[in-house]
Amino acid sequence: MGGYAVYVWPSYGLTAAVVGLNIFWARRSLRGAQRDARRRLAALKLAAAS
Amino acid sequence: MNEPRVGFIAAAACLMARDLRLALRRAGDSLLPVGFFIVVTTLYPLALDPSLSALRDIAPAALWVGALLSSLLALDLLFRDDAQDGALEQLALCGQSFAGLLLAKTAVHWLLTGLPLVLVGPLIAIALGAPYAAMAGILAALLLGTVALSLIGAVGAGLTLSLRRNGPLLALLVLPLAAPVLIFGARATALAVQGEPIAAPLYLLAAIAVLFATLSPWALAAAVRIGLE
Amino acid sequence: MAWVWFHRFGSPPHFYRLARRLTPWFGWPALILCLAGLIGGLGLAPRDYQQGEGFRIIYVHAPAAWLSLMVYVVMATSAAVGLIWRINVGHAVAASCAPIGASFTVLALATGMLYGRPMWGTYWEWDPRLTSELLLLFLYLGYMALRSAIDDVARADRASAVLAIVGVVDVPIIHYSVIWWNSLHQAPTVMKFGRPSMPASMLVPLLLMLAGFTFYFAALLLTRARGEILRRERNAHWIAAALEES
Repeated sequence: MGGYAVYVWPSYGLTAAVVGLNIFWARRSLRGAQRDARRRLAALKLAAAS
Repeated sequence: MNEPRVGFIAAAACLMARDLRLALRRAGDSLLPVGFFIVVTTLYPLALDPSLSALRDIAPAALWVGALLSSLLALDLLFRDDAQDGALEQLALCGQSFAGLLLAKTAVHWLLTGLPLVLVGPLIAIALGAPYAAMAGILAALLLGTVALSLIGAVGAGLTLSLRRNGPLLALLVLPLAAPVLIFGARATALAVQGEPIAAPLYLLAAIAVLFATLSPWALAAAVRIGLE
Repeated sequence: MAWVWFHRFGSPPHFYRLARRLTPWFGWPALILCLAGLIGGLGLAPRDYQQGEGFRIIYVHAPAAWLSLMVYVVMATSAAVGLIWRINVGHAVAASCAPIGASFTVLALATGMLYGRPMWGTYWEWDPRLTSELLLLFLYLGYMALRSAIDDVARADRASAVLAIVGVVDVPIIHYSVIWWNSLHQAPTVMKFGRPSMPASMLVPLLLMLAGFTFYFAALLLTRARGEILRRERNAHWIAAALEES
């Protein structure tokens, strides 16, 4: 690659990492919010039943 | 909402007179920013070769970074006391234009903390090797720059109103927004030191000050209202 | 008629369900577009006359820089919608934008440095594009810091909305003042990817990557926004039903 490889491949690697991490974080954030919402609902049901 | 019994000008004048009186009772508080400015700019020669020809090159940078940091420091005086004792809420409820009153407060604040920088700055510049002929240009640049900094800084102060110990956060919020002021102000100062005409950066600095003046009434009122909740 | 659509879109349960359905419609096209762009950019496009293979970094640097700027505008716009019309969905979208935008700003800086190193000899040269990106990163960090400093979510939403709006007005000014500042001092070679001078074989993959990344951002945004809406909505009725579906 005419010596540019040491710059090009890390660039693509970093990009892949950031792209992947963002997907992971986004899904984790959503799952966490869904979990918290379920817990809140369950607690509400409990409070309403008692 | 109360129906105001006095016109806005009278109300604003009353507020400004009150702020001035209160500030002058504790004059030391208002002098701290300019004292900080003098100390910070004086540190540069200690860190460098103190020959005036070398200092002349860094004088614009030293002056403007110092002005930026002093303005940040001074922002604490703007809203904090009035927020704590409830005076700010009264201003919001009194029926006058809240944005206008906040701008009036900012104007007094600039008079007390920004204007001293404008007056002292050229002298510091001389101490850092600038020629006497540059003083007028430096004064003009600092005048426009400190006004712009006061306006954008006030918005930052309003946003962080309810937070304790928010110095670093305020800096993080305000400094990037104030970067153009630094760029054009330092450029104008550098040109003045070299004896070149400074009209171009001065106009740009004025344009930024006008932009901030247009933006800040809305932003100030919105930010302080949120902070007072 | 448009207002009806606007308010329906702003209704949290509606937005939540719509976001869930739309996400794959953005995600898969994003993948296809990026693959096409990568094949074209890495495989098919010829090497640049001056920059050799190094120019291929543009196929990730430009999308990252584009995203960093576009996301800030989306963030400020949705925050403004949330502030002015008091629509919670707007605040949820704005909150979702910040971490995405900040991470791509960091990526733009990193790839920019890797792009510049073979050309300038150093990793950092205070050129206008990278300096602007750096200031943009500070704006993102300030936004996120303000959000996390205010405990009450609703107040944090509104305060950061004011900040984002002030920021988005200032961004063009910061950008042009940095360019102006840089033109005065002997600037090292600025990264140039001016479109007129690019042949189609180089340009088309770039456009594909830009489009792909935009679709990708939309999918990310919809995913995050759903979570942010859940955190802001206390109304149990629609949440219970929506959680069953997903």
